[in-house]
Amino acid sequence: MGIIKASRLIYDYIRRDEENHVEEVNRAIDGLDLDIKAGDFVAILGHNGSGKSTFAKQINGILLPTEGTVWISGMKTTDDEHIWDIRKTAGMVFQNPDNQIIGNIVEEDVGFGPENLGVPTDEIWKRVDESLEAVGMTAYRLKSPNKLSGGQKQRVAIAGIMAMKPQCIILDEPTAMLDPNGRKEVIRTIHELNKKEGITVLLITHYMEEVIEADRVIVMDGGRLVMDGVPQEIFSRVRELKDYRLDVPQVTELAYELKQAGVELPDGILTIDELIRHLLPVLQAAGAGM
Amino acid sequence: MSIKADHINYLYGEGTAFEQYALKDVSFEIEDGQFIGLIGHTGSGKSTLIQHLNGLMRASSGKIYYNGEDIDQEGYDRKALRSRVGLVFQYPEHQLFEVDVFSDVCFGPKNQGLSQEEIQQRAKEALMQVGLKEQFWGQSPFELSGGQKRRVAIAGVLAMRPEVLILDEPTAGLDPRGRDEILDEISKLHTEKKMTIVLVSHSMEDIARYADRILVMSHGEKVFDAPPKEVFRHYKELEQIGLAAPQITYVVQRLREQGISLDGDITTVKEATTAILGLLGKAGSRV
Repeated sequence: MGIIKASRLIYDYIRRDEENHVEEVNRAIDGLDLDIKAGDFVAILGHNGSGKSTFAKQINGILLPTEGTVWISGMKTTDDEHIWDIRKTAGMVFQNPDNQIIGNIVEEDVGFGPENLGVPTDEIWKRVDESLEAVGMTAYRLKSPNKLSGGQKQRVAIAGIMAMKPQCIILDEPTAMLDPNGRKEVIRTIHELNKKEGITVLLITHYMEEVIEADRVIVMDGGRLVMDGVPQEIFSRVRELKDYRLDVPQVTELAYELKQAGVELPDGILTIDELIRHLLPVLQAAGAGM
Repeated sequence: MSIKADHINYLYGEGTAFEQYALKDVSFEIEDGQFIGLIGHTGSGKSTLIQHLNGLMRASSGKIYYNGEDIDQEGYDRKALRSRVGLVFQYPEHQLFEVDVFSDVCFGPKNQGLSQEEIQQRAKEALMQVGLKEQFWGQSPFELSGGQKRRVAIAGVLAMRPEVLILDEPTAGLDPRGRDEILDEISKLHTEKKMTIVLVSHSMEDIARYADRILVMSHGEKVFDAPPKEVFRHYKELEQIGLAAPQITYVVQRLREQGISLDGDITTVKEATTAILGLLGKAGSRV
């Protein structure tokens, strides 16, 4: 069993009227089976309303299954006595950095999590140092979070989670509100945490370019898992992705269109380098040089 | 008919130790019917700038003219200006409040003091313009999906029949299809209704596809003001100010560096596909 495992998971949002009678049942997750290996960088794609965020909230017990089971490091999220261990194991980062920062200065904010866990003061400071270092924000430790850019705020939010020493971080559209530089900063930071610290990463995003370096890509639709594979496999299925209201990176789309028109290119090209490597010889052979 | 910004400065904390320029000597003129892309890093002054254009914020110095009239002159009807220059804020769905979709969209025209009949007519039209089907009109806006809520919020501004529509990151947080749908609706308002559009976005790909002119802001100053192709030619300078060009621009530049004779101004997938196939076809290759 991996670090995160869901088995026949079902979740219903239930709306009740004033007398507590069920008015409407909305099935957000519909029989999800998933096993995530410790240390993996997993990207979750899916349109708005596909169940991604609902699943993310199941992982650290913000929501509990209607049916089925979720295990985090072997602990069932429905076991009351494990809920704090589960939240220590799996930390969450949300879309809007301004909703997640509470400290007056950066180091205070990062120390808030471990302080709540009852970590001794010396250890808190040690963790604050390490976490700020890990996200590259040490130089800002005495600054007010209000003075930071969006990308920097998100990195502080990630440091705050890191200070709780989780084994797994779930990020729900962490770059949706950031400019291109901020987006790059955040994505680079989480890749480093994954590689250097061995943290399992679950990244939910609508930006296809952020997914290409993941170990595994999962596509959700209608509360189910509909595609599962390495980025190259997933992004070679352009039509299918578009049917799920998704997209592919621009380079992938260009390669796909060229291939459709008969140009000999491999499937699932993901980066500019790859495309150039395969396209250049074709163009040169055709005598398209200047 | 136009919006003209004439040497606009805006200072935060004027006269205090924290005095800081949010806008510094910004000048430009937006002609009727243009589709402007406004880009810049977080904190570059984009949001401050657009709030000047409909009189929500007042410049520390400099003037804004709407159709030749100074909007800060005494007796100028700023309330009317706000319905002529419609502003859709970031995450506008957070401002929905009415019991049903239709009433929410009626709120703007109701405040314009129009007749009941006219209000309803405008609300219907606006909802159809954003492609929201009639079956949703009676529902609570809070029961809709993210993309639908955003359409309701945009319809609320459209119902005031603005001449200029300014949108601050209208696609943030939407899935790729939802993003394309909203942008296509906006583009339709531009082509069919001849509405002037100012689109603030962090997506260079979207800007390249829709805008016919780009304004680039950095640290409160206007640093570029040109058609997309010209602006994206400066991709290295854009990177220095925290932006980038569309991915396709980089593909084309790399191929050019390798001696392939492609037009350096290509910025979209469609243009690149056509150009590359053209090269292969023209050279009589084995495609």
